[in-house]
Amino acid sequence: MKDQHLVTLNVNGSEHELVLESRRTLADTLRQDLGLTGTHLGCEHGICGACTVLLDGEPVRACLVFGVQADGHEVRTVEGLARGDELNDLQQAFSRHHGLQCGFCTPGFLMLAEAYLSTGPEADPDEVREVVSANLCRCTGYQGIVEAVTEVAAERRGEAKTAHD
Amino acid sequence: MKPAPFEYHRAYTPQEVVELLRELGEDAKILAGGQSLVPMMNFRLAHPAALIDINPVSGLDYIRREGDELRVGALTRHRSVEISRGAEVRDGFAVLPRAARWIGHYPIRSRGTVGGSIAHSDPTAEWCLLARLHDAEIVVLGEHGTRTVPSEEWFTGFLTTAALPGEMVIETRFRRPRRCAALLEYARRRGDFAIAAAGVAFDVVDDRCQDVTIVLGGVAGRPLRVPEAEAHVQGAEPAESTWAEAARIAAASVEPGAEADGDHDYRRHLVGTLTRRAFREAYETGTDAGPVRGVA
Amino acid sequence: MLRGAARFVDDVPHPHACHVAFVRSPVAAGRITEIGTADARSVPGVLAVITSEDLGHPALTAVLERAEFVPTAMPLLAHDRVRYVGEPIVAVVAETRYIAEDAAEHVWCEIAETDPVLSLADLAGAATSVHAEAPDGVLVDLQMFTDELLGDALAGAPLVLEETFRSGRVAAAPIEARGCLAEWQARDEQLVLQVSTQVPHQVRTGVASALGIAERQVRVIAPDVGGGFGLKCVVGREEVVAAAIAAMLRVPVRWSEDRQENLTAAFHGHEQEYRIRAGFDSDGRFVGVDADIVCNIGAYSAYPFSCGVEPLMAATELPGVYKVGRYAARARGFATNKPPTAPYRGVSRPQVVLVMERLLDKAARRLGIGRVEIRRRNTIGRHEFPYTGPNGITYELGSYVEALDRCAAEVRHAGWWERRDAGDGPLRGIGIVNFSERTAYGTATMGLRRMQMTPGFDVSHVRMDPSGDVVVTSGTCGHGQGHETTFAQIVADRLGVHPERVKLRQGDTDLTSFGWGTWGSRSLVIGGGSAAVASRRLADQLKVVAAELLEAGPGDIELADGHARVRGVRDAGLPIDEIAATVHFRSHTLTQHEDRLLEARGVTDPPGMFSNATHAALVEVDRGTGGTRVLDYLVVEDCGVVVNPTVVDGQVRGGVAQGIAAALYEELIYSPEGQPLAGTFMDYLVPTASEIPPVTVHHIETPCDLTETGAKGMGEGGTIGAPAAVLAAVNDALREYDAEIDHIPVRPADVVRALRRGDAADAVRQEETA
Repeated sequence: MKDQHLVTLNVNGSEHELVLESRRTLADTLRQDLGLTGTHLGCEHGICGACTVLLDGEPVRACLVFGVQADGHEVRTVEGLARGDELNDLQQAFSRHHGLQCGFCTPGFLMLAEAYLSTGPEADPDEVREVVSANLCRCTGYQGIVEAVTEVAAERRGEAKTAHD
Repeated sequence: MKPAPFEYHRAYTPQEVVELLRELGEDAKILAGGQSLVPMMNFRLAHPAALIDINPVSGLDYIRREGDELRVGALTRHRSVEISRGAEVRDGFAVLPRAARWIGHYPIRSRGTVGGSIAHSDPTAEWCLLARLHDAEIVVLGEHGTRTVPSEEWFTGFLTTAALPGEMVIETRFRRPRRCAALLEYARRRGDFAIAAAGVAFDVVDDRCQDVTIVLGGVAGRPLRVPEAEAHVQGAEPAESTWAEAARIAAASVEPGAEADGDHDYRRHLVGTLTRRAFREAYETGTDAGPVRGVA
Repeated sequence: MLRGAARFVDDVPHPHACHVAFVRSPVAAGRITEIGTADARSVPGVLAVITSEDLGHPALTAVLERAEFVPTAMPLLAHDRVRYVGEPIVAVVAETRYIAEDAAEHVWCEIAETDPVLSLADLAGAATSVHAEAPDGVLVDLQMFTDELLGDALAGAPLVLEETFRSGRVAAAPIEARGCLAEWQARDEQLVLQVSTQVPHQVRTGVASALGIAERQVRVIAPDVGGGFGLKCVVGREEVVAAAIAAMLRVPVRWSEDRQENLTAAFHGHEQEYRIRAGFDSDGRFVGVDADIVCNIGAYSAYPFSCGVEPLMAATELPGVYKVGRYAARARGFATNKPPTAPYRGVSRPQVVLVMERLLDKAARRLGIGRVEIRRRNTIGRHEFPYTGPNGITYELGSYVEALDRCAAEVRHAGWWERRDAGDGPLRGIGIVNFSERTAYGTATMGLRRMQMTPGFDVSHVRMDPSGDVVVTSGTCGHGQGHETTFAQIVADRLGVHPERVKLRQGDTDLTSFGWGTWGSRSLVIGGGSAAVASRRLADQLKVVAAELLEAGPGDIELADGHARVRGVRDAGLPIDEIAATVHFRSHTLTQHEDRLLEARGVTDPPGMFSNATHAALVEVDRGTGGTRVLDYLVVEDCGVVVNPTVVDGQVRGGVAQGIAAALYEELIYSPEGQPLAGTFMDYLVPTASEIPPVTVHHIETPCDLTETGAKGMGEGGTIGAPAAVLAAVNDALREYDAEIDHIPVRPADVVRALRRGDAADAVRQEETA
């Protein structure tokens, strides 16, 4: 007998009701049940970070969380970043700084960076480098990724400051 | 790399967890942050028949000071400790947030839990080392209520603890607050499990080291205290020569074993380095004494 | 890519696809005595459990047409013997990967284990060789170059170095592992194989030959490919098995390699040993080099290019940018009970550069000559091109000395020497290395290797549609190299249209002409070159039509800014879009364009050309931990005309990161029983952003007159230079300890040992204060 559960997931603002086998990872749930294939699997043991998504705003490895655990929670994936056709500031910065080559690891880096940026960090390249170290990229040597995240951190702080003024 | 089938159960209170553990028997495992268990399941190195998800359990996510004890709830995420800046932590347990930064990476720290790490008992895990460094007590809940296990008895070997069947970790009580403390690790790559680690804690009273503990990670199946080295530092001057001798004793205590990351000589060398540096950092961060005496 | 809308093969939706999981050998060597599949078949959700016998024992055999080469078959599934831990034996087909893995646990293989051969040392006493066809274990043994006078030259040399250099076994480890989706299309009687590959047409040939069907019955499509680095330039047995199952069972089948499979069972690279005798005169000039090169190629010769690729490359290109005097090289590849190797990014050049640079640094030290100076004395100078070396290669114009001098100046200017020598802190060192690499090999050069299949040329087609948009097809198969950008630039430049009007299509054997894919730093030069040729021809067609419409001679027409204009006439001109519409819809009004339509074909097959670069690394070695950190990195590179600096810099930086990885972090180690000890990303240390420093890239542009665009290939250079630069810097950091490290990766324990071997008393004193 398969151990199945009826779960409700809120993904990028949309509610989904799904019947999930308990062992199905959140990554497979997103990719196979919801067709959100932007979340990639690169190692399935929590090291590469290609499957990083936000669970209630916190970055998690979707290969180390079961879909059933996300029942009643909010999930945000790379598909939820752009507004319609318009890429968000972070996506644009990745493009500008050549922060991707093959693009396979990119969704994970974007979500990792979104989580980090949501904490309102200083635009400190050393700290950014440390945060970015959570995920693996084989193509770029990381330079463009670090530059993109650092720049957006500065921009968002600037904007926040302006808004506050 | 997909996990084998299991039954999924969700618990909302610690009592429910214990009831489920009793009901499901020894093939059931507790799922907290899952950062160690789930990879093992994906590799099919672990085949639990059932998982009890304790993430919905409320009331186990806290960092609280009770006198000389810092009590950390089992479901407290690593990240919560890392970013804690309150007096309850700062005063005598400042090493905890500093050491939490060594744990994996940001997404691991925002998901993994202190209790999960203590229960998993990896000999290089930061919480296990810190527990021994601070003579922590582990509070477990079982069928017959709670009991408290000294960390010295808790870690029984590689990935094994003194937990009895049906028990869950609910709290870790760090004790012996001290001004000077540090945990240092070395891994070849950022965020990896350490090849070796050294933690030290002490106070300086009248220019003498007091209340000294030294713990080593990655050199045995469980966190290892080094009483001979502790004894050497106890009552000694906080000076470079003291640290060096303690480091020498600590290094000598490393037994040869099977080492994938490096040979035995290397590990001893590393333990010596980390111990010496941990003392130095502990002293520098814990006192405003300026540079340590004896540096050439 | 940024939206999550990319389509890597595992992202290609197919609701009915079944999943394959492989049962793999748990032992390094042995004879299969029994395979039990009944229990697995009875697992609910399992469609089939497939053995080699079920498939009719298909195999892939790579052939080098040389007497010194022993061809060996790589069975798609092992049936009589297993030759490495991870070798596939049984394929389980199930509704989901979860179920397939469940069932795989119920397959039962009985294997009579034999002692594995893991290294050259094991070979001598081995009771059982890896292949019966090669009793001594040697699959290829070539005395590539000989020189009767070399022995005497070395005997008379004031300085002779006898050294051994080693490089560890590594994995390409693209973040997207391998994978495929195979489906039999009954309507077309065709097997459609979507696969993460660098070489769609070679996969087609491999699948067709292994399955015994016609090439036209196989359509190979490479969707977005998540990195290759050489791993995907050979044909994997698992993807052929998936194709065979889809053809046999007529069900769509998906195989997604997981990371454990990728690290333990996919193709590896670079496990090599170089035994060198090198002689120098008292001025530090080479008098001769005698090289004995040994490659541990693993259990099989990878299809289609064979295990000869790495040894041949090593022996041929060892001298590099240096005038070595007399030269002899023997190159061997021997079979072991480890996974087969494939041509990993750089293909032996990371090793040969490391060897040459270590030799020069050692000689410089022994002779008391500066490290840059000794290189200057040995490097092929500008006035010496074209230079033909004792390795039979003619090097076309390059900037070898200029790049060296420029790099040395940049290092000085950036204050590295002061940083190196500052204070009593950690040990610091600088490495400066100089090299060239032959890129974009055409058939003339490849033919010398005598592969049964000789790659080299590529064909592009350029078509303009009625709206004036342009589609380019090419036989290359990009996967992160920015071909979409650079090809569009090349074509747009020649047609006078905006690059956004140009779209590239590649990686589909039914859509493009036969091609050789993307590897060997070939795509921009060969694929881009053929696109340039085709677009020049298309431009000529546009000019003919424009000339008729503008009542001028075709020779007077210029194409620019989306318009055709008569040279010297300052008017708005004729929009190219309009020309396109006229050609397609009102061709009856034209008298001069008998070809109709706007399409052209171009082919490029260059001899191969040498890019060059000088790399410099600044490292810090921690006496206390033995750890090495790369603090700063500098590249001066010359790949001819830079078509797109962002793309070039990206390739260099990513390559350097991979080279640093090989120098300090990554190694696939094995137990004495042949069990992999680095089968996960926890122990196979792909570096993170914390291990990789910022890389500064400077360009020298020496236009190449052998290519259409003036560009030379450059996809591998970063990976080639970095191991040597880092190793040189580590040795420089250890300069006071009289300790030398001649292998990669350099592990912390190696450093600590080296420090101890050196001045022990001094080391201890230093440690105390570290």
